[in-house]
Amino acid sequence: MFQVRIHGRGGQGVVTHAELLAQAAFIEGRYAQAFPTFGSERTGAPVVSFCRVDDREIRAHEPIAHPDAVIVQDPTLLHQVDVFDGLTADGYILINSARSFDDLGLGELAGRFRAERMLTVPATDIAREHLGRPLPNAALLGAFAALGGLISLESVAAAIHQRFPGPIGERNVAAAEAAFEQVRNQRKEPARA
Amino acid sequence: MLEQLEGSRAVAKAVALCRPEVISAYPISPQTHIVEELSDMVASGELAPCEYLMVESEFAAMSAAIGASATGARAYTATASQGLLYMVEAVYNASGLGLPIVMTIANRAIGAPINIWNDHSDSMSQRDSGWIQLYAESNQEALDLHIQAFKLAERLSLPVMVCMDGFILTHAHDRVDVPSQEQVDSFLPPFEPRQALDPGHPMTIGALVGPEAFFEVKYLMHAKQVQALDEIPELAAEFASLFERESGGLLRSYRADDAETIVVALGSVLGTIEDVVDELREQGVSIGAVGIKCFRPYPLEEVREALRHAKRTVVVEKAFAVGAGGIVGQNVRLALSGLDPQVYNVVAGLGGRPITKRSLGTLLDDVLEDRLEPGRLHFLDLDRERVERELERMREGGRTGPHAENMLRDLGLVAARPH
Repeated sequence: MFQVRIHGRGGQGVVTHAELLAQAAFIEGRYAQAFPTFGSERTGAPVVSFCRVDDREIRAHEPIAHPDAVIVQDPTLLHQVDVFDGLTADGYILINSARSFDDLGLGELAGRFRAERMLTVPATDIAREHLGRPLPNAALLGAFAALGGLISLESVAAAIHQRFPGPIGERNVAAAEAAFEQVRNQRKEPARA
Repeated sequence: MLEQLEGSRAVAKAVALCRPEVISAYPISPQTHIVEELSDMVASGELAPCEYLMVESEFAAMSAAIGASATGARAYTATASQGLLYMVEAVYNASGLGLPIVMTIANRAIGAPINIWNDHSDSMSQRDSGWIQLYAESNQEALDLHIQAFKLAERLSLPVMVCMDGFILTHAHDRVDVPSQEQVDSFLPPFEPRQALDPGHPMTIGALVGPEAFFEVKYLMHAKQVQALDEIPELAAEFASLFERESGGLLRSYRADDAETIVVALGSVLGTIEDVVDELREQGVSIGAVGIKCFRPYPLEEVREALRHAKRTVVVEKAFAVGAGGIVGQNVRLALSGLDPQVYNVVAGLGGRPITKRSLGTLLDDVLEDRLEPGRLHFLDLDRERVERELERMREGGRTGPHAENMLRDLGLVAARPH
């Protein structure tokens, strides 16, 4: 089982993010479960959603306390919420930011987690470019496909198309592809690794 | 067809496949997505012929369902929490009149304190309302139970509540197998009402009944519920042969046939419990789980048979009778009367507090190591320190203020001090 926890703010599409991830896994023939936390769903309030992926039926209905990956949609949460709580030592970290981990004041994470599994990506900038709106979901999904290999970019694109048919889907897929490419290229530059 | 769907949408699809003729509803979280989806289906013509009534309250929702059902229409509604309480008078009328309405309960806590999260307090408050109560463990089962519920309701002319955990199931996206219209049609025949208002043949439904006959009518409600204990396993078997999967029935045993310790529960927590059972089995612990799928009518004999060989029974339930004890726990003890097992009754998950594998593991360790006193009522993950602090404040006397706000202040979630 692979478990993902997504941190964001109300209005950024945190719940949709988990659902698209689950949909992409479903398209690949796997079992997936996406669910949000509820309550303070006010615009701007910290919100968490979860996604489990497995090759067999998922029975558990508890929040994810020990994720294999953490995705942070809004880096301002880093000072408000312990987004890395419970993350396994082999876990993946994906943060929506144009800055590096050092610049974010997260240099110490490199000692706790595996550097090749840590990534920042300017998903909001990519979203602005392709969607005209600062919604980082699609770009983060594309970057996650490049980072973890849990899901393919093709499945992410198919999930986006199913959820958002027409031009909105096209633009989101373009954002996902752009983020995917950017991560792939970034990974080829040893100095940035 | 396999689909990745939100639980609410899966249920809406199942209800639509059952060809309801009248849906009357008032939105309330966490049920809203179900009736929103059905409303869309009616508006788009995907679900036709069907009348969707956006009523002004839950009381009106059930009243309209009663009216529709009394004219011989297949009627459906959904609610939760305070909404269910608001419709209670009509809930009893639906069962007393023997009208086969199907209602989804998206289980949610009851206030005060106001809380939108999941537990079973709402449906448990109506356990003696004369409705059949089925509890879904997963979104697939929630979908399947609705299809079974219409058939069961109409066969016995009794209303059925399908209870599914609010948010935990209603808002979770899972893989579900959505049957075809042909499959559902072959399982669920058109509604043939036992009673129907017809201007061509005037009759009364809901007459005043005095002491000369009230008793007998009430007894018939009971007799039909008892009859349901035979019908439900038959329907589940018929469903399994047509749809090729197990869903519903009275109970479901999981690795419990030879187990010394058995955990009993209702609803979605069963999945988490089954994972814990697997982990403990790997460590050599003789443990299993029994899910109660049908709580009303109460399958007393079946519960007794399923649990009689166990040394310890641990009932984990998401509601309780304040000042009295567990509800499911009392029913389980009744089923085991005359036998001498140890029954542990544990209240858990109230108001949306997660029931985690970790907490369940600790609980079961305590049970297996004899650190938990049977007979007493236990509360999983209750913060005793905070409770003690509030009790201490009360002992000091004076105007100590509302408990809920005091708790929030102790947690640092509310800053204001009382005057």
